[in-house]
Amino acid sequence: MNELVFFINNVVISGTVTGSIYAMGAIGVTLVFSIMRFAHFAHADMMTLGAFMVLLLTTLFPNVGAVVGLPSALLLLPIAMALTAGAAVGIDRAFYKPLRAHDVKPIVMVIASLGVTLMLQGLIRLFAGTSSQSLYIAERKDIFRFELPFDLATRNIVVTEPQIILFVFVIVAVVSLHLFLSRSRLGKAMRAMSDNPDLARASGINTNTIVAVTWIIAGSLAAAAGTLLSLDVAFKPDLSFFLLLPIFAAAIVGGVGHPYGAIAGGFVVGFAETLAVFNWAVLLRPFRDSLPEWLDLPSNLALVGTEYKIVVPFFILVAILVWRPTGIFKGKVI
Amino acid sequence: MALLEASDVHGGYGGMNILNGVNMSIEVNEIGVIVGPNGAGKSTMLKAIFGMLTVSQGEIRLRGEPITNTAPNKLVHKGMAYVPQEKNIFPSLTVQENLEMGTYIRPQNFRRMLEQVYEFFPPLREKRRQPAGELSGGQRQMVAMGRALMVEPSLLLLDEPTAGLSPLFMNEIFERIKTINAAGVGVLMVEQNAKQALAIAHKGFVLASGQNRFTDTGEALLNDPEVAKSFLGG
Repeated sequence: MNELVFFINNVVISGTVTGSIYAMGAIGVTLVFSIMRFAHFAHADMMTLGAFMVLLLTTLFPNVGAVVGLPSALLLLPIAMALTAGAAVGIDRAFYKPLRAHDVKPIVMVIASLGVTLMLQGLIRLFAGTSSQSLYIAERKDIFRFELPFDLATRNIVVTEPQIILFVFVIVAVVSLHLFLSRSRLGKAMRAMSDNPDLARASGINTNTIVAVTWIIAGSLAAAAGTLLSLDVAFKPDLSFFLLLPIFAAAIVGGVGHPYGAIAGGFVVGFAETLAVFNWAVLLRPFRDSLPEWLDLPSNLALVGTEYKIVVPFFILVAILVWRPTGIFKGKVI
Repeated sequence: MALLEASDVHGGYGGMNILNGVNMSIEVNEIGVIVGPNGAGKSTMLKAIFGMLTVSQGEIRLRGEPITNTAPNKLVHKGMAYVPQEKNIFPSLTVQENLEMGTYIRPQNFRRMLEQVYEFFPPLREKRRQPAGELSGGQRQMVAMGRALMVEPSLLLLDEPTAGLSPLFMNEIFERIKTINAAGVGVLMVEQNAKQALAIAHKGFVLASGQNRFTDTGEALLNDPEVAKSFLGG
C-alpha cells in the first residue's frame, strides 16, 4: 500500500502540479500566437516577472496575510497579476507594436521577444539577486497529510498549501477563460480575430483592443503560474526560463492557437515528465518474491534521471512535430 | 446626392498602380455591378473603397462625405459592409457567432438583425450552432453575406459572391441580392457572371486595365453590341 501512496505523491500530485503550471503558461503562449502570430519566447520570464512582483510586494507587506489567514504572497497575487498584465501591455507597446506597424515577418517578432527575455532576466537579477528566496516571508508553509483508510498504508499522502491553492486556481482560471471565450462579446471577437484578422477588422473589431486583452490574459496567467510555482518551490531569477521548452511543447501538443488544447497539452507534458522520472522499481517491489530468481530488481527503474527531465518535453516536441504537427486539437502549424 | 461616388481613383499595392483613374457613382438603393476581364482591377477597386489599400490619387465619397483612405473598422461605423471573395467567414465560430461579429459595433441591434438575417437566409437558422467552417460553399456565402448585413449597412460591397458556387446556388444568391436591395441596401458588387449580374444591376461598370471602358445602366450595357462582343462572350 505504501507503494501506492508513493505513486500518488510522486506522480499524481506532482504531475498535476507540473501540468497546471505548464497549462497556464501554454494558454498564454497559444493566445499570443493566435492573435499576433508569433512565438513569444519572453513568456517564461513574464512568469518570473510576476513572481518577482509578488516577492517585492510580500517584502513590503509581509504580514497582510495574517489578517485573513492566507499566505501574504497569495493575498498580494491579484495585485501582482494586474501589475504584470500592465507590464505585458507596456512591453507590447514599446517593443512589439512598432514592429507590427511595420508589418515585419514573424521571425523578427520572435527575435524581439528573445531580446525582451534577456532584458527581463537582467532586470530581475538586478533587483532580486541571483539566489533563491522563499515567498513565505513571515509565515510557514502548511503541509497537509492525509492518511489512507487501510492498515497497510503507513505513509501519508502529502499535499502542501501552495499545491492546493494551485489546483483551485487552475480550475477557476480555466472555467473563467472558457466562459470568457465562449460567452462574452470580447472573447468571441478574440476568437474571430484568431480565425481571420482581416475579416475581424472589416467587422469593425478594434484589433488594438483585442491585442491588449490578449496581453492582459497572458500576462496575468503568467504571473499566477510563476507565483504559484515559486510558492511551491522557491523564487529564483531563472525559475521559469527552463520552463520555456515544456511550455512550448505543451502549446504545440495541444495544437497552437487552441486554448483548450494548451490546457490538455500542459497536463500531457507534465504527466509525461513525472512518469518518465518516476522510479518504477518501487511499484514492483511488493512482487519481488514472486519474480524469478535470476531477475534481480534494480533499485532505480526510472526512464530518465531527474536531472535529464528536460529531454522529455524535447522528445515530445520532436515527436509531435514529426508525426502530428497540428497537435491533438488541429492547431495552426508554426 | 449619390450614395457612393468615386472619381479618378488611382491606387495599388507597393507602388504598383492597378487602378488608373476609375470613376463610379451609385445612388441610394441601387445595385452597381463591376465587370471586366481578369486583372482589370475589379476587386482592387472594392478594396480601395473599403480602405484596404492606399488610394494615391482621386477621391471617394459616401453620401458626400470624403472617405478616401479611411480604415475599414471606421467605415463600418459609417454604414459600409464588405464581403471578401475568399476567407469571408470565421471558420471556428458557430454560424450565430459569425453573425454576432457583424453587430460587434452595435450589440444592441443583435437580436433584431439576427431575426432579419435568418429570414433572408432560412438555412442559417437551422445551422446556427454549427461551426461555419463545416458548412457547404453556398451556405458559407450566406454566412458571409449575413454577417455583413448584420451591420445594417447602407452600402454592401460584395466581391464575387457567386464564385465557385453551383448554378443553382448562384441563382439563389442573385435572388437574395435583389431582396436585400429591395429592403433598402445599396449594393456594389464584382461579378464574373457578367450577364446575370448586369441583368439585376441598375448601374454597370466595365473595367479594363484599371480604367472605365463602359459605364451605363445594366440594361444598356447588356444590349450594347460592343460590350457584348468584347466582355460578355458574344
